[in-house]
Amino acid sequence: MKPLTLLDQKQLDLTLNRLALELIEVHGDFKDSAIVGIQRTGALLSKALVDKIRLLRPKCKPVHGLLDVTFFRDDFGRREKPLQAFSTELDFPVEGKHIVLVDDVLFTGRTIRAAMDALISLGRPAHVELMVLVDRRFSRQLPIEPTYTGKRVDSIASQHVDVQWDDKGFKRAILFDKNEKP
Amino acid sequence: MMHLQSKHLLGIRDLPKSDITIILEWAAHFKEIINRPIKKVPTLRDTTIANIFFENSTRTRLSFELAQKRLSADVVNFSAASSSVKKGETLIDTVNNILAMKVDMVVMRHSEPGAARFLAENVDSRVINAGDGTHEHPTQALLDAFSLQEKLGDLKGKHIAIVGDITHSRVALSNIHCLKKLGAMVRVCGPTTLIPKYIDSLGVEVSNNLDETLEWCDAVNMLRIQMERQTDANFPSLRDYMLKFQLNAERLSQLKKELVILHPGPINRGVEITSQVADSDQSVILEQVENGVAVRMAVIFLLAQGMSRS
Repeated sequence: MKPLTLLDQKQLDLTLNRLALELIEVHGDFKDSAIVGIQRTGALLSKALVDKIRLLRPKCKPVHGLLDVTFFRDDFGRREKPLQAFSTELDFPVEGKHIVLVDDVLFTGRTIRAAMDALISLGRPAHVELMVLVDRRFSRQLPIEPTYTGKRVDSIASQHVDVQWDDKGFKRAILFDKNEKP
Repeated sequence: MMHLQSKHLLGIRDLPKSDITIILEWAAHFKEIINRPIKKVPTLRDTTIANIFFENSTRTRLSFELAQKRLSADVVNFSAASSSVKKGETLIDTVNNILAMKVDMVVMRHSEPGAARFLAENVDSRVINAGDGTHEHPTQALLDAFSLQEKLGDLKGKHIAIVGDITHSRVALSNIHCLKKLGAMVRVCGPTTLIPKYIDSLGVEVSNNLDETLEWCDAVNMLRIQMERQTDANFPSLRDYMLKFQLNAERLSQLKKELVILHPGPINRGVEITSQVADSDQSVILEQVENGVAVRMAVIFLLAQGMSRS
């Protein structure tokens, strides 16, 4: 199977626009809300999302943080690849905040489970929502569903979704067979 | 980031430089974690660790235990007076009995040099050396390197002095190996009687003059006189030692620079270092203690990552 492009730059811009507007609709001026990107690629997406919100509503100043979930994963010592940790950068109290967790791809739900634990270890948020760019439907191993979704795709376990970024920002999101990595 | 090449942490001498770098990188992540409101992560909830101390320790043992608890490992503690257990069958038997209770990792302090290696070769467990006699104390060297890096950046080409009782100090030996591997220039300073004969083979400079050494170095690691390990009269009197090798405000005031001052503890205040200096802004002694937990978390985490979980 040839790699399938799920989103190109133009489509991502439209999708981000919609997601940003949905967030503005629910969170208003973001007074008690914060956008938290999951390291590593979710963090890149969350930055793009915050930029988009500021562009659409210059008066909105959403609080933005980055969350590393490495130490909360449930596959420690069971992975072939060694873990890699990134920094957690949350310079605001999580306590009582309305948090929007942002990740690029939702697959089994295990990363989000780890992210919720990592978040709660920093305090008790009032409310946690989940935004994902690509939702791989019917592949969940835990009862976790997104609040906001960019694009839904049907895929099988032997496939992989890659959201690619380069120095200039978002490049593309592709779906491919794991053994035919482009 | 890579896996550690080593299965155990027995000493710095045989630890590849890449392992040292990986441990120090991970330690930075753990330092961030232990400064959070909730200082605990669930990573090692399926791991059991035994702390076996055949020799007294306060700081190291507490630090290891805290590191293990911060990682959510289960911890069992065992201590024995050094006189009751001798290297040999007894040590293996003791540890095998503990391992039979499904323990995954052993942290051991022992008065015999080489005890940790002996254990690693004879029992089926990961082993961390928490000090083996006058031989090595690898986690202390790693936390000293981490503390130095925080203050000085890359240690390559930096001048680090280790002052005091070098012969009886496992901290000195591990530190020398670690600093040399990280590219630092190392000098030991103390009375000739407290500097080991094999020092030349370690590639370090030797001096008996503290003032001249302080001029030379960017950081100084002050060691205490290990009274419990002295069997001969190695210096005329404590007063004589203090006159020549005590780090005090008067000595520091003659320098045109700020030194980074380390001490592995326990401090004998007023002997190798005065209270004024130990509590000064140049001293990183308490930061070393904090960093000790982060570095030990990194070591335990990385060794546990390599264990099979079938």
